Amino acid sequence: MAEDRLSITVTGSGGAGVVTVGNILLGAAALTGWYARMVRSSGPQIRGGEVASIVCLSAQPIQSESAHCDLLLALDWKNIDRFSDEMLLTRHSMVVSDPAQGQVPASIRSSSARCVEVPFKKLATTVSGGRTNMVALGVAAQLARIPHKYIQLELEKIFQGDHRFSAGMEGVDAGFAAAPPGNGLELPEAPTVLGAGRWSITGNEAAALGALRAGVRIAAGYPITPATEILEWLASALPKIGGTFIQAEDELAAVNQVIGASFGGVPAVTATSGPGLALMMESLGLAVAAEVPAVVIDVMRGGPSTGIPTKSEQSDLNIALYGLPGDAPHLVVAPTSVNDCLNVTQWAVHLSERLQSPAIVLSSQALGQTRAVDDKPDDWLFHTTRDTPDLLEDDYQRYRLTPEGVSPMSFPGMPGGQYTAEGLEHNESGLPSVRAADHLQQLGKRQEKLTRFDYGDYWAEILGNGSTAIITWGATTGAARELLTCSRELGDDLRLIALRLLAPEQPERMAIALRGVRRVLVVEHSHGGQFYRYLRACYDLPGDTRSFCRPGPLPIYPAEIVAQLESWDSE
Amino acid sequence: MSDTARQKFSAQCYKSDIKPIWCPGCGDFGVLAAISRALAFLQVPPEDVAVVSGIGCSSRIPAYLNAYGFHGVHGRALPLATGLKLARPELTVLVAGGDGDGFAIGGNHFLHACRRNVDLTYIVMDNQVYGMTKGQASPTTAPDWGLSELTPEGPGMNPFYPLVLALGSGANFIARATSSNPGSTADILVEAIQHPGFSFVQVLSPCLTFQPEQRHWKKMVHAAPVEPTSDPAQAARRLMTDDNFFVGVLFRGEREPFHDPVAKTLVDLSTLESTFEVCITAGNSEQASAG
Repeated sequence: MAEDRLSITVTGSGGAGVVTVGNILLGAAALTGWYARMVRSSGPQIRGGEVASIVCLSAQPIQSESAHCDLLLALDWKNIDRFSDEMLLTRHSMVVSDPAQGQVPASIRSSSARCVEVPFKKLATTVSGGRTNMVALGVAAQLARIPHKYIQLELEKIFQGDHRFSAGMEGVDAGFAAAPPGNGLELPEAPTVLGAGRWSITGNEAAALGALRAGVRIAAGYPITPATEILEWLASALPKIGGTFIQAEDELAAVNQVIGASFGGVPAVTATSGPGLALMMESLGLAVAAEVPAVVIDVMRGGPSTGIPTKSEQSDLNIALYGLPGDAPHLVVAPTSVNDCLNVTQWAVHLSERLQSPAIVLSSQALGQTRAVDDKPDDWLFHTTRDTPDLLEDDYQRYRLTPEGVSPMSFPGMPGGQYTAEGLEHNESGLPSVRAADHLQQLGKRQEKLTRFDYGDYWAEILGNGSTAIITWGATTGAARELLTCSRELGDDLRLIALRLLAPEQPERMAIALRGVRRVLVVEHSHGGQFYRYLRACYDLPGDTRSFCRPGPLPIYPAEIVAQLESWDSE
Repeated sequence: MSDTARQKFSAQCYKSDIKPIWCPGCGDFGVLAAISRALAFLQVPPEDVAVVSGIGCSSRIPAYLNAYGFHGVHGRALPLATGLKLARPELTVLVAGGDGDGFAIGGNHFLHACRRNVDLTYIVMDNQVYGMTKGQASPTTAPDWGLSELTPEGPGMNPFYPLVLALGSGANFIARATSSNPGSTADILVEAIQHPGFSFVQVLSPCLTFQPEQRHWKKMVHAAPVEPTSDPAQAARRLMTDDNFFVGVLFRGEREPFHDPVAKTLVDLSTLESTFEVCITAGNSEQASAG
């Protein structure tokens, strides 16, 4: 599987310029017409630690991480072993390193990869202001056959008129000239069309853009890995379109700033990761009770507690679904790819505004921090449509019962619409009430407005019509999708059901999606099988249903799913 | 403002018809009266006023006013109000609550609201006790107050001095008022609302149920012996001699209120989207290559 791609890993100490090399390779490959992905791998420390840029190229859209590494460029050998799990070297792999950095470590030598030496550092010193990483960039580009002119264009974009441009180019030229022959390095079939018009975007940027497309004009947040880039992008973008970004003092403040802005009639969003989501839970309950739209993007990382902040997992599912005190129905949605982060966040804002309910978007580090070069994402055309009263009569009731459960929501500035948004249970007027009838009525109203709504075909991504279904969600969808799209002999008997709408559950749609399914493999990136348990609780699944759950930090690879299916077949 | 406009909204216009849950003799009745008088003086249309609160006896106040209200979760009134004011800068946003809500569970937000200096007026009805949960020590309770089953020997910690915290954290207007004199409290609130930036008003508002000694407060309060100042150093010196019963304005700062950065020329969202496009031309792809 996935022989039709080239996976290049560049490693080095933090500050060595590994990420710059990755970015330029990715940009130049995109111009050449390659579909591409780049994943950054780093330890918890930002500077001085070890960093790897993993760039993957293919003539077809790329769905998942590569388990193996075709070309490794090591700027130095410090802490290289930390990445050994993430770059499986095979006899087809090629390793290029600098003899000045010492002997190739045993862990690399013991692989069957072909090791070649290029004096990166020495070559860099022949250029005034030369840098090692630029030489390595030239070597990588030559081996991957990425045209020199596109490397030059990308370098121009980054160093725009800066003196570093000419030094960089000289280094790149030295690298091109010094590149060893690529014997044995199997290059995939080259792309036939140029990449112009495609998008290069990370899941975090896509989520932020999706929020703005839906009409969000206020964002508040507190920095947290791996969600900070969402906040950074919004902080830069919002003032340019007349919006506001607030750096909050903590996540408790961030979510309340969002709820306050939304109460004022302006759609608002925050982004966080597991520990921050935990702090927001009480206030999301307030948004449920007071029926105020609010969107939280949770970019999941390894947990519990501080966990593994820089690595992906899908283990916040339980808290997102069940973490609110009381009976608190709300929306939980999840994107199934990097580009889908855009659509699903846009959808989440739309649903939250439409249904006056908080929505949690469960993204993850694997989606958020991966940069993908892919076809331009569709515009789902969802915009905020909050139901506001046209004319406020004397008897305006904020929580008046309606057939669909959504009551017109006034906001400050509307004469006659004055009410107090309440966390206390209340009646239709919004007055606090401890009466059993009011409690039952309002609980039912808040539940039914969500369950009665027609979520359309977006609820899940469904591919294939085989009798073996893989049910999954979030980032692991990529690995499963690859089985169906890249492997005909395997894919024909498969069906993929990747849930985007996790709450409220959609049993009728699932029953239709499962017609003709004989057995189900539930695939998820968690240790405790949270998704499997959720499916068992909410859906009728065939008797022959199994769970394949594995925690991070490593992504779930397509080959692991194949192995699960094969061992099932061989029983 | 013309005289006809002045008559448009009476103090009564700002009161709702909901009967407060407060005990007889509660100081919060006086604060409710003072807020409605201040709003009537300012003649802000009720729909342009928002009153945001947290949890506690005094935090029930939004529902007793004819305005937009938000009765949020415990301790988070200030961030709710911050989001609302930045979303809708034209509104008059008041934040109200008690000493537990504002200085214990919400203490961090208090510090940062002072520092951020958004144009809000924060009214803390301070009775040095958690009333709604039937009488526990709060951050402003005396260390030897032993009437709570949770701390029968007293909390054993020095109380917070809210005015000191406000000054140290950068609040732009600081005053103390007393619920026993709604007229002068209304005057202070008018000034607090009109002053740009974050205004903090501590109102001594007795709880006769759990702090019966506070019935003497109305005799203990007295006008501050010095004039309000815009000099933080002078305000700090005055606080050193404060017996915690000075009422009046302490500090009128001159800091610019919080402004969120707005670009000089606004662009269309599609312009931002174009930065993600793979394209040959340099310059247009800043995001795509440098991200």
